[in-house]
Amino acid sequence: MIKERKVNITPDMTWRELTPGGVIQDAGNAEDFKTGDWRSMRPVWNTEKCKHCLLCWVVCPDNSIKVEDGKMTGIDYDHCKGCGVCTAQCKFGALDYVPEE
Amino acid sequence: MAKRVSLSGNEAVAQAMRQINPDVVAAFPITPSTEIPQYFSQFVANGQVTTEFVPVESEHSAMSACIGAAAAGGRVMTATSANGLALMWEMLYIAASSRLPITLAAVNRALSGPINIHNDHSDTMGARDSGWIQLYGENAQEAYDNFIMAVKIGEHPDVQLPVMDCFDGFITSHAVENLEMLEDEEVKAFVGENRVAPYALIGQEPVSMGPLDLPPYYFEHKRQQAEAMKNAKRVILEVAAEFEKLTGRKYGLFEEYRMEDAEAAIVILNSSAGTAKAVVDSLRAEGKKVGLIKIRVFRPFPAEELAEALSKVKAVAVMDKADSFSAAGGPVFTEVRSAMYGRADGKIVVSYIYGLGGRDVTTNQIEKVYNDLFSAIETGKYEVYNYVGVRE
Repeated sequence: MIKERKVNITPDMTWRELTPGGVIQDAGNAEDFKTGDWRSMRPVWNTEKCKHCLLCWVVCPDNSIKVEDGKMTGIDYDHCKGCGVCTAQCKFGALDYVPEE
Repeated sequence: MAKRVSLSGNEAVAQAMRQINPDVVAAFPITPSTEIPQYFSQFVANGQVTTEFVPVESEHSAMSACIGAAAAGGRVMTATSANGLALMWEMLYIAASSRLPITLAAVNRALSGPINIHNDHSDTMGARDSGWIQLYGENAQEAYDNFIMAVKIGEHPDVQLPVMDCFDGFITSHAVENLEMLEDEEVKAFVGENRVAPYALIGQEPVSMGPLDLPPYYFEHKRQQAEAMKNAKRVILEVAAEFEKLTGRKYGLFEEYRMEDAEAAIVILNSSAGTAKAVVDSLRAEGKKVGLIKIRVFRPFPAEELAEALSKVKAVAVMDKADSFSAAGGPVFTEVRSAMYGRADGKIVVSYIYGLGGRDVTTNQIEKVYNDLFSAIETGKYEVYNYVGVRE
């Protein structure tokens, strides 16, 4: 779902419609692009083991740990690159690290 | 009112920079362009300009700083030569593709190696596909005029591209010549007090610039660049017309010198055009129908206009002060001949490489080229790829 932007940059736009030099006029538009599709490993969240310490949220370099009201709610696989940092630091075994299939 | 002054080419360009008073100048010294940032840093120290002068540690950084400052929305300038331009290479492409109108005084010098500090065009000819507009000038006056016009051309909303003001190292950069300088206010009024950037990192509506551009978008952005370069041809002429109103000095895409009824013509760039014009005059005095075309705008390339200008001649020698080592002719030759194909067919078109590494270009050499052309017209026999002025 693409949000309303000043310019919604989409792959069907012609060269006349695109912004010069690829200028991005909106902050935070990474949300519009699925950049997690080249992941070879993925973190898997075990809800029952999770203590919601949110250290995974702290270390994630891509803002891919979803949190609501101070509690983890899931993983944003559209943007997670599968780097494994969250799984390596988890002290409770709540994040497995498994190959993508 | 314009005033008559005696200045070297470098001094004239540094004065143009002072009159423009840009936001940022980032530069690293390299012969023969060193004097431009040297003079300019004195203007900064004296408080004659409000420019932020960034003395960087390399030309790669100079162009990077220019790109950063232009992305921020500033009016930005620099100067370099030869290996300095080569060290900027990577960033030249980024400046152009990011659509940042930076003005660069490119003081032509032979690109090493073998190492050499004297004039030829191997530096800027190598940068011809970087997406920069390239203006070439014969003398200090043209270097000065082109530098001022470059700002207005590059910043035009339909262009938004960086511009090189190319002129010959030492011959133009260091020789003191008489020229007409505009008043400071006239220059400021001509280029506008500040650059109006359509997008800028600083301002009310900040943006992201230079993002990763994968296959779904890169091609379209290159197509935009090509369109900007096409637009530049029109804008260059519009800016020249406006400049002529101000100064009385007329500029086009190229200069035609005694081309009416010419049978043998030379196409040439920069200071050697002055030497060649003297030869044209003396051969014309002998009744020989010779002419000359001096290309001012090499990027964008005035293909149709050149073909039209060469449509009446019998033979053309395109003189290159750089070899592209295609083993088939110099870079300007390749483009001129290609421009003529289908538009001015049936001509003798030959390549002459001359003056490499600052080898003196004499009237005898130019005269030999014209004589070769007449002999080619007469006998139909000629070589396409020639060197002149080299010891055989």
